[in-house]
Parts: sequence; structure tokens; C-alpha cells
Amino acid sequence: MVVLFISLLFLQVFVLNNILFLGYINPYIYIAFVFIYPLKEKRIPFLFFSFLLGLFVDFFSDSGGIHAFSILSIAYLRLFFVRVYFRKVTADYAFFKLKSESFGKIFNYVVTLTVIHHLIYFSFANFSFHNLSNVILNTLFSSIFTLTLYFLGTYIFTKSK
Amino acid sequence: MQQLIYFFQKFKYFLFFLLLQLIALVLTFNNLNFHKSKFVNSANSITGGLYSKASNVSEYWNLKSENKLLSDENNRLKNLLEKNISVSFDKDSTVVDSLIYKQRYTYTSAKIINNNYTKQFNFLTINKGKKQGVGKEMAIINSKGIIGFTDNTSNNYARVQSILNKNSTINARLKHSNYFGTLGWDGNHYNTVQLSDIPRQAPLKIGDTIETGGKSTIFPEGILIGTISKINKGNSADNKVDVTLFNDMSNLGYIYIIKNLNKEEIKLLETQNE
Repeated sequence: MVVLFISLLFLQVFVLNNILFLGYINPYIYIAFVFIYPLKEKRIPFLFFSFLLGLFVDFFSDSGGIHAFSILSIAYLRLFFVRVYFRKVTADYAFFKLKSESFGKIFNYVVTLTVIHHLIYFSFANFSFHNLSNVILNTLFSSIFTLTLYFLGTYIFTKSK
Repeated sequence: MQQLIYFFQKFKYFLFFLLLQLIALVLTFNNLNFHKSKFVNSANSITGGLYSKASNVSEYWNLKSENKLLSDENNRLKNLLEKNISVSFDKDSTVVDSLIYKQRYTYTSAKIINNNYTKQFNFLTINKGKKQGVGKEMAIINSKGIIGFTDNTSNNYARVQSILNKNSTINARLKHSNYFGTLGWDGNHYNTVQLSDIPRQAPLKIGDTIETGGKSTIFPEGILIGTISKINKGNSADNKVDVTLFNDMSNLGYIYIIKNLNKEEIKLLETQNE
């Protein structure tokens, strides 16, 4: 988990924050932490670590607490979507593995959380009611970018094992 | 009491979540406020150190353009020097009294180790800090024009509020006349800023050069900003024009920090009657 935390952080701030495809589209892959973190672990440390990861990304990108706020939101909402998409109850959490679920369900789950995160992030980064179309467009394009990267990443890493 | 404990037990996740969200919100709001942003910024020793390591590696790709920039500037300064010499030869003799001459600004060179230009509130990080005499509210420029001003400093690094930040306002004027206005940014394009509040009678033409006005304690007067690219004809109250920057804000390397030696005195004078 520590390795995942640090590698996602550095991957985000040193590599992905410099991509700026077409000038402004960036993937935010560090939220994969929320998808990958096992469900059977305690919830308070999970929330805390997610918050910490967001805060560190904030430190590097000078954005106050915007990343921390948005990643914490999806970290809290995660359980709700696990219940909705995978039809799990509290007793199932100990045996829950994201990999063993069908791709369609994983896809829905990851897409929902990513879009929520990006929407919150870009609304806060914009911080006014002007340029709302920019917020929507940024959310859309960056979500597509993040999701492509995430699914490619999981595909590569599961095949190599 | 038991009810209370039961309540906390039941909602402990939600309460913890709320607490952390609150912290994040406070940090966000503080960061937008120029005078309060102390905690979360990239000028601390850990992020600053990591960024300077990363920029040490990546600066090799920009060596060529950086060299070009330096030689251009040398060229310009040499021409300026030549002009001054020819003027002083006209006189019969000159007396240079170093006691009369008063230096108003000092220049320090530094390197940008982290650059942002795509957000609404952009900040840069430079590799000089308190130990090198860098403080709050010092001007940051390069040979092409203005970049921003410092807002937070740690021992070895400083954070710079870019002109591409919706909170930045800078006094600017037209080069050929003394009409001045306020320079700000609307958050759209990283090479276009907006000059507002210029008097209506000011003659404006597309292509006119805009420079700093010198009516602030941060920027010396006459530093280049950009050229007018669009004039909004109409009856808007603030008379806005678009200004294309000379600087390419997406590609910055070495910069100068300007320290105003009279800042304390001017500030003291201006706040005397409050």
C-alpha cells in the first residue's frame, strides 16, 4: 500500500501533471488509489490516507486543498457505489476483490467515481460561476483520458502476473 | 450522554469524513487569499527540493532556447550601453558622484523549477528563498517581460503568483502615452491578459505596447508586458482591452527577482493617515 501510495503520487506530479494534452487535458490517475485499496481494511485509515494523497498532490500543484477535497469525496462515496453496482452487503466486504468482478460492473463503478471526482475537482479549480462550459468540457475530456490510462494500466499489470 | 456516544458511534465515518473535508475546504480558501496562504504551497523544503531535482534533469532540453534568450538580451543591453556612452561623450566633462546616485532596485537571478499556466489560479516555484534575501511581494521578470511576484518564501525556495492568476492585479500603462490601467487575467488563454480601467480619451491602437506603470511598490516602471491584440468597442464601463504577452508563459527558464529598496519607506508613508 505504501509503495502504491508513493508511486501514484510521483507518477501524478512528475509525469502526468506535465502532459497537458492540447494545452489543458490532464489525466488524474492518482485516484486509482481509491479503486485499488482493499475493501476489507478499516475505513477510517482508508479515508485518512486518501485525504493525505490528495493533500500531497495539492502540495506539489499549489492548489490549496482541492485534490484532497475531491479524492476524499469519492473515497467516502465508494461504499455506496459498491453496494449499488456489485450488490454486496457488509458481510461480503472481507471477500470482495475488484479483479474477480465482471468487466461491465467494474467499468460502471470506475467511470462513476472518476466523473464525480473530476467534476468536483474542476468546479473547485474554476471557483466561479463563469466558464461553466469549461468545467464540463474539462471534466469530460480529462475523464476519458484518466479512464483510458487506468484500464490500460490494469490490463498491462494483470497480464504480466 | 449514552445517546450522544451512540450517535458518534453510528456516524463516526461520516463525522470523520466531514472533519477532513472541512480541513480541505479551509486550505482551499486560504490558498485563494493572498495574505493567508501559508501552509499548502510548493515552496517548502520537501516539494521544493524534489522539484529542483526534477528540473535539473529537464532543463537540458531547453538549453538551446535559453542560450538564444540570453544572447538576445546581451545584444539588447550592449546596444543600450553603446547609446549611453555616445551621449556622455557629447559633454565636456562629467562628474560622477556616487553619493548622489541612489540605487532603487536590486536584481537577483533565479531559476523556475515548477511552472503552471493551465489553471485559474496559477503559481510558480523558484529556487531562491529567504536565505538569498527573497521576501514577499518582489517582482519576477525575465528578459522578455513580466512573469509575476513572490508571495510565499521558505528558506531556499519561493512561490510566485503568476500574472496568470485571477487574483493578480498589476498597474500597467501604454508605452507611448502615460494613460494607465489595471492588468488582470480572465482565466481563459495563457498568452492573453486583460487591461481594464483605461480612461476613455486614451488613444488605443492594435499593436500598441503595454508596460508596467511604476505606480506600485513591486514593479519598477517600464518593464515590458505585451501588445494590444483586441479592443472592445462598446459601452462597457471598464473599457477592457486584450493584451498578448511577450512572454510565452508555458516555456520559462531563468528569471530575475527585483527587490525595491525603498518599499518600506513608501509603504510607511502611504499608511500614515489610516
